[in-house]
Amino acid sequence: MNSITHPSPYASWETRGFWEGAGRDELVLQKCNTCELIQHRPRGVCAHCLDSSGLVHFVASGRGSIYSYTVTEQNQAKGFAEACPYIMAYVTLDEGPRLLTVIVDCEPDAVEIGVSVVADFVSQERDDDERFAIPVFRLV
Amino acid sequence: MSTAKFPNSAAIAGVYEHPSRFSPNKTEFQIMAECAKGALDDAGLTREDVDGLFGASMSMGMMGIVDLAEYLDVRPDYLDGTNIGGSSFVSHVTHAAAAIHAGLCSTALVLYGSTAASNAMAIGTGGTDGSKNPDTAFSAPYGMTTVGSYAMYANLHMSKYGTSSEQLAEIAVTMRRHAGLNPLAKMRTPITVDDVLESRLISRPLHLLDCCIISDGGGAVVVTSLERAKDLRTKPVHLLGCGEAVQHQGVGDSDLLTIAAKQSGQAAMEMAGIKHSDVDFAMVYDSFTITVLATLENLGFCEPGEGGDFVSNGGIGLGGPLPVNPDGGGLSSNHPGMRGIFLVIEAAKQLRGECGDRQVTGAEIAIAHGTGGTIGDKHSGATLVLGTDR
Ligand SMILES: [Zn+2]
Repeated sequence: MNSITHPSPYASWETRGFWEGAGRDELVLQKCNTCELIQHRPRGVCAHCLDSSGLVHFVASGRGSIYSYTVTEQNQAKGFAEACPYIMAYVTLDEGPRLLTVIVDCEPDAVEIGVSVVADFVSQERDDDERFAIPVFRLV
Repeated sequence: MSTAKFPNSAAIAGVYEHPSRFSPNKTEFQIMAECAKGALDDAGLTREDVDGLFGASMSMGMMGIVDLAEYLDVRPDYLDGTNIGGSSFVSHVTHAAAAIHAGLCSTALVLYGSTAASNAMAIGTGGTDGSKNPDTAFSAPYGMTTVGSYAMYANLHMSKYGTSSEQLAEIAVTMRRHAGLNPLAKMRTPITVDDVLESRLISRPLHLLDCCIISDGGGAVVVTSLERAKDLRTKPVHLLGCGEAVQHQGVGDSDLLTIAAKQSGQAAMEMAGIKHSDVDFAMVYDSFTITVLATLENLGFCEPGEGGDFVSNGGIGLGGPLPVNPDGGGLSSNHPGMRGIFLVIEAAKQLRGECGDRQVTGAEIAIAHGTGGTIGDKHSGATLVLGTDR
């Protein structure tokens, strides 16, 4: 199987911290210092306080476990069609939130719900000055 | 002025399902207009009686409902173009009933039309290309597909409860058996559990035959006051209860197996004042086999984890304890992109006793639940409890 050619992420000012962090090989999450909420996906405000005064980015451990997954056998989308079968998964991070990702360097039959995974980062070639990467996960 | 309490102040007075499953020479709006005529004829009403217009489609965006009003040359007093995915039309019936109860309109037309099949839309396996769309910014880079989302739900259910692919296949087999009794259904040749398991995998554990078909089609529903419906051509179908809900990933902490049906179903059943044992049949959005299992569990027809047993051994077949989708559902009859309207249409026809070979014996109370979006990511749910005049 070919590896996935990920569509390049688009960083709005709300999501920039996540994609820039990945560009530094860091899995970046948001935390609200007012109410202690850790949230993903990133937002311009803490979803519970509805303001940004306590909201900060922090570098998460990049560790977690597979919450669920599917081996995608068919996806016509560019960058994925050639990579089928690929493993799409929800990973529950040690910090709490769950995120959607793909599991790489893993045979489809080797993946299981509950197994430990760690983040890796796929750099993006871009025609601008941005340095982004896509966080993916591999089995520990 | 009626003294009837909401929701039982409104009724479904007319329905129409477009007979076509492939309409390469029609537009969405044309199909909707043909369905409008069918449902109004069914009710014994005309275009001039319509003062509330409700509709959604795969291509109607901002101004879509206004475009539709122009196409039909109607100037209604009440407009609702709510689009929450395939459940929209179940929701429209609730909104129409509320508007009628509030006196904002008296006769509402709910419309859907689609040419998904003749446009060759890849609905389930066309990946999202919207990295720039805030909505898909975190799913497009990972190759999320509709079927993939449902497949992750299915895998989690299997892992937690031991649900099997054979049990999911039973759902597809039952829907196909029902479709065999429906002359309009697209896929009528019987299939077996082995046929499902041997069909190609699309997104594990879901096979091709775990997925709904893609067709063209459309439908229409006329909602009016119960009082008025009693004087019309066909037997009124009473709206007894309704509920709406959403479920999503929240801040990354929601329980994937709890879907919107739990919240909307409970609200609708409480409003109707009924127990599960009172329900004679269910119309359940069956985008995939797992959708049926998830919906039945979340509506409370069985405990979480017991859905696999519930759907096996004829449990959801005609003649069984809870017949589901006697028309053959989206898995075998029709699935033109958004299917919610057919849940309402078939429920009404069954309650009117017009369904011939696929008629549910003694059908007096139905539950219809639409899911819009994807249960493994984010979705809406809309539930109706409908009944005969008992
Ligand atoms: Zn907060």
